Amino acid sequence: MNPVTYHRAASVAQALESSAAPGHRLLGGGTNLVDLMRKGIERPTGLIDVTQLSETIALAEDGSLLVGAAARNSAVAAHPLVRSRTPMLARAILAGASAQVRNMATIGGNLMQRTRCLYFQDEAGSRCNKRDPGSGCDAYGGFNRYHAVIGGSPACIAVHPSDMCVALAAFDARVRVAGASGTRAIALVDFHRLPGDRPDLETLLEPGEVIEAVEIPAFAGPSAYRKVRDRASYAFALVSVAAGLVIEEGRVADIRIAFGGIAPKPWRAFRAEAALRGAAVTQAAIDAAMAAEFADAAPLPGNAFKIDLAGRTLSALLAELSGSDR
Amino acid sequence: MSRMQNAVIASVKTALGWVPAQWLPGGTPDPLIGRSAAIGRQDNRLDGPAKVGGLARFSAEVPLQRLSYAALVYSSIVRGRITRLDTAAAEATPGVILVMTHRNMPRIGLVPLIGVTDLSAVGNSSLPILQDATIRYNGQVVAAVVAETQEQADHAASLIEIDYAAEPGKTRFEEAKTDARTPASILIEKNHVSVGNAERELAAAAHRVDNVYRTPGQNHNAIELHAVTVAWDGDSLVVHDTIQMVASSAKALAKLFGLKKDKVRVLSPFVGGGFGGKGLWDHQVVAVAAAKLAGRPLRLVLSREGVYRIVGGRSPSEQRVALGADADGRFTAIVHTGYSIMPPHGACPEQYSLCTRALYRSKSFEILQRHLDLDIVPNTYMRAPGEAIGTFAVECAVDELAHEMGIDPIELRRRNEPDRHPIHGSPFSQRALIQAYEQGAARFGWVRRQAEPGTLRDGEWRIGLGCASGSFPYARMPGANVRLTLRSDGSATIASSAQEMGMGTATVQVQHAADRLGLPVEAIGFELGDSALPAGPMAGGSSQTVSLAAAIMAASEKLTAELLRLAGNDSPLAGLRAGDVRLLDGGIGAIEDPSRHESYRSILARAARDEIVVDAAGSAPLEMLKFAMHSSSAIFCEVRVSDVTGEIRVERMLGSFDCGTILNPKTAASQFRGGMIMGLGLALTEETLFDERSGRIMNATLADYHIPVHLDVPEIEVMWTGIADPRSPLGARGIGEIGITGVGAAIANAVFNATGKRVRELPITLDKLL
Repeated sequence: MNPVTYHRAASVAQALESSAAPGHRLLGGGTNLVDLMRKGIERPTGLIDVTQLSETIALAEDGSLLVGAAARNSAVAAHPLVRSRTPMLARAILAGASAQVRNMATIGGNLMQRTRCLYFQDEAGSRCNKRDPGSGCDAYGGFNRYHAVIGGSPACIAVHPSDMCVALAAFDARVRVAGASGTRAIALVDFHRLPGDRPDLETLLEPGEVIEAVEIPAFAGPSAYRKVRDRASYAFALVSVAAGLVIEEGRVADIRIAFGGIAPKPWRAFRAEAALRGAAVTQAAIDAAMAAEFADAAPLPGNAFKIDLAGRTLSALLAELSGSDR
Repeated sequence: MSRMQNAVIASVKTALGWVPAQWLPGGTPDPLIGRSAAIGRQDNRLDGPAKVGGLARFSAEVPLQRLSYAALVYSSIVRGRITRLDTAAAEATPGVILVMTHRNMPRIGLVPLIGVTDLSAVGNSSLPILQDATIRYNGQVVAAVVAETQEQADHAASLIEIDYAAEPGKTRFEEAKTDARTPASILIEKNHVSVGNAERELAAAAHRVDNVYRTPGQNHNAIELHAVTVAWDGDSLVVHDTIQMVASSAKALAKLFGLKKDKVRVLSPFVGGGFGGKGLWDHQVVAVAAAKLAGRPLRLVLSREGVYRIVGGRSPSEQRVALGADADGRFTAIVHTGYSIMPPHGACPEQYSLCTRALYRSKSFEILQRHLDLDIVPNTYMRAPGEAIGTFAVECAVDELAHEMGIDPIELRRRNEPDRHPIHGSPFSQRALIQAYEQGAARFGWVRRQAEPGTLRDGEWRIGLGCASGSFPYARMPGANVRLTLRSDGSATIASSAQEMGMGTATVQVQHAADRLGLPVEAIGFELGDSALPAGPMAGGSSQTVSLAAAIMAASEKLTAELLRLAGNDSPLAGLRAGDVRLLDGGIGAIEDPSRHESYRSILARAARDEIVVDAAGSAPLEMLKFAMHSSSAIFCEVRVSDVTGEIRVERMLGSFDCGTILNPKTAASQFRGGMIMGLGLALTEETLFDERSGRIMNATLADYHIPVHLDVPEIEVMWTGIADPRSPLGARGIGEIGITGVGAAIANAVFNATGKRVRELPITLDKLL
């Protein structure tokens, strides 16, 4: 690990000021950034600790839930407002990492965490366009069982590893960002970029900007999160599904579907939602919706099973939400 | 191993066949069998409080003055040469004491490979260590940095710049088959076994199965990382290590660095998990050399990635198992052939075919292992090397045949239970596998199993029950030495360089010595983990306990003779010979006349002796060659498999073991359970992702290499027949490795029973069930 300077920001203004310096990175719980620094993948010269910034969890005037960027994952998952209003978010957070990691990790840091692609993580021995633009991608032709089946590019098929972000994507969450020229809100579904030919650019966050909070609008219906993985705990998702469903008179009045583990970003399934909205939740309707959603999918031999798995898991989750045993 | 060795072992076995059993070790059953007090008790581990209280000091925790710290750099290519090696930036970094590469590493020889012929040989790899610019596998050590702190060493290591001229390496399992070698022997067994004409029998069989099973590479992941703290004092060397072979590693290091044997002392009082991985690898050698060059005591702790890079694991395998049976289900053919990796510079033959020789009788056999040569860190012994994956293939095949025939898999096994060793014809010393099955099946509720796969369900979950046999050979190591000190206050100490890896070495030997000497356990001490003590056996092959027990037995015989001599004519023992007495109640007594007894205190007081010290070695383990000696087990498990996702959850497991006398029920149960948990990982989660393009292990972290987490591990029940083996010390056989054997197949068989899907490639991940 390279020598680094360390400063603790007491306010957003201070964080903005010091993070503008070249080579500086914001530090939340450090559960991802510090690992990457140890591996030589991240090489900041300075760290700005932002864990003293807002960790408030409260209701905003418009009824949405406001979660400060410094709130710890475990605190969010345990908060009564979260558990009563968006239990699915609590489930998603608790499906991630381990208790120890969740105690350290922050909401802001979770948004910024980087891929677990084995080739990205192997600075010494593997090529990676995300780590070293233009060097090539060893995941193609290598171990890509955990990689994207949709949204990837010839340059990169690494997936975003967060569970929490999948739930946030389903709930239309917004990321409130402070910058030199004021604050702005970015829809979570837009916050992470698809790799295209610049897999090194992962979010819309501009240099010098600081995540202040995440806003989570209320959702009227029941919602659920299911994560499918290689062991019962402490493993990244092969596929995860966040879904919310409102049925009125036997038809879908509102539906939210987001997938994790299958794409370079939390994958909000807008096409599938559109196909199901107004329809009865039948297996045929779900199959048609999945076909629409994955029409542009580009699976590889090592991960093609995930499209089928995503459909099966969604189907079971919607059955659970609609209270049927289909 | 050579053809010569085959010939020698075969002729010894033949000769022993003619020798009456009474003349051999174990010829007369150990008199302690059936009259023990401390043995068989549920005793806590003696080292428990020290470990729980944080007082046990492991090799990475030894405090030394002026200690320096080392970090390693590993090659990132598989084969080629270093063309540029720039260490200037690292050397200029604050705190750096030394950068050691092939340019300044002392010239040393090769480490002799561990084997059956040279018991002092201890190496896992015979490749040169930092001796030249050649790269021989991806992950090889290419530089070591020594600094004032670990952080400085780590940082400086990252600044070393290396250019390579890469050459193509041998990295592909499939391609390597073209040049597969056929070794003459596998450990002490002849490799190629051909009895009758198995292929012809197979073709003519009323029922047959014939399939290929694949198991992946696996890596060692002991909780304690490999770590060594080294200090030179002139030409003597002290190595605080975490190692399963204290005595022989001291000898090997002395030889390697040109020192007299008594100038090297290896200390390893605690090993934080070994499983076969804690042997002599490159890091100890590099640490010793770097400490010499630096002129400072030095600590080298491998990172988790480092363990993957330079410590071998379990070889991948491809095994064909074919079974033929007549209309009654009696085996007419057993074929077990296959491939695993064993580079010429490695030591472990991954003996997956050994279990097949002992499990079933059959009219014909065809057994053959072939070895592939790849440019890799050599694979090594990993808990039940061979048996863990061999039983997966064979015991799945038995289940498949039972299904094909429409009979219960336990019944099929019963019909093929051998009454003598199926290949050698030698008698079993003791074997009660069928009893283990019966007791296990009753306890587990095997009657709940439905023969038709997919019958039992609970919502989206299909439920399946499976079973399989485990098998592991008995071994006792020659050359196990102990020193027994009996003091005038009636206390005794046993000392041996032996190893404590968490299984309770000292605890059970103290229990043993208490019974052997007729003393309370509180009066016995046990010193171990120090090469300055009499050379003990290595901890491997599930053999340490009986090897030490035989040495303690020999020591107690010497002690008896010495005590009788000292007792002289003024003792109630006068005139008695060694065969007339036994050690009991704190002294010696006549077997025939309990009133003739004298205490140790009294004998030593009269002789004006503070203590008696005897050194003794265990007898040659000839019982292994005369008798077929195997532990075996019946493993049961119940799984649920999601119809939606293919996820597998093991609901419960039961192991029913036939392993001779159980010396300490608590430590034994932990060993069995631990082995079964490791078997669960073997079945469902563990897999080294070896990228065949680069020859590089890609998941060298515990986040990406999946061992079972707590939530994956269900209730595990263990039970045992407890029948003593009349041919072994204490009636005991090893129990460290048997626990993992059979588990892979039991789970795979349960998954089949739940789903009707037969997965013949481990690990059984959910995508294989969709």
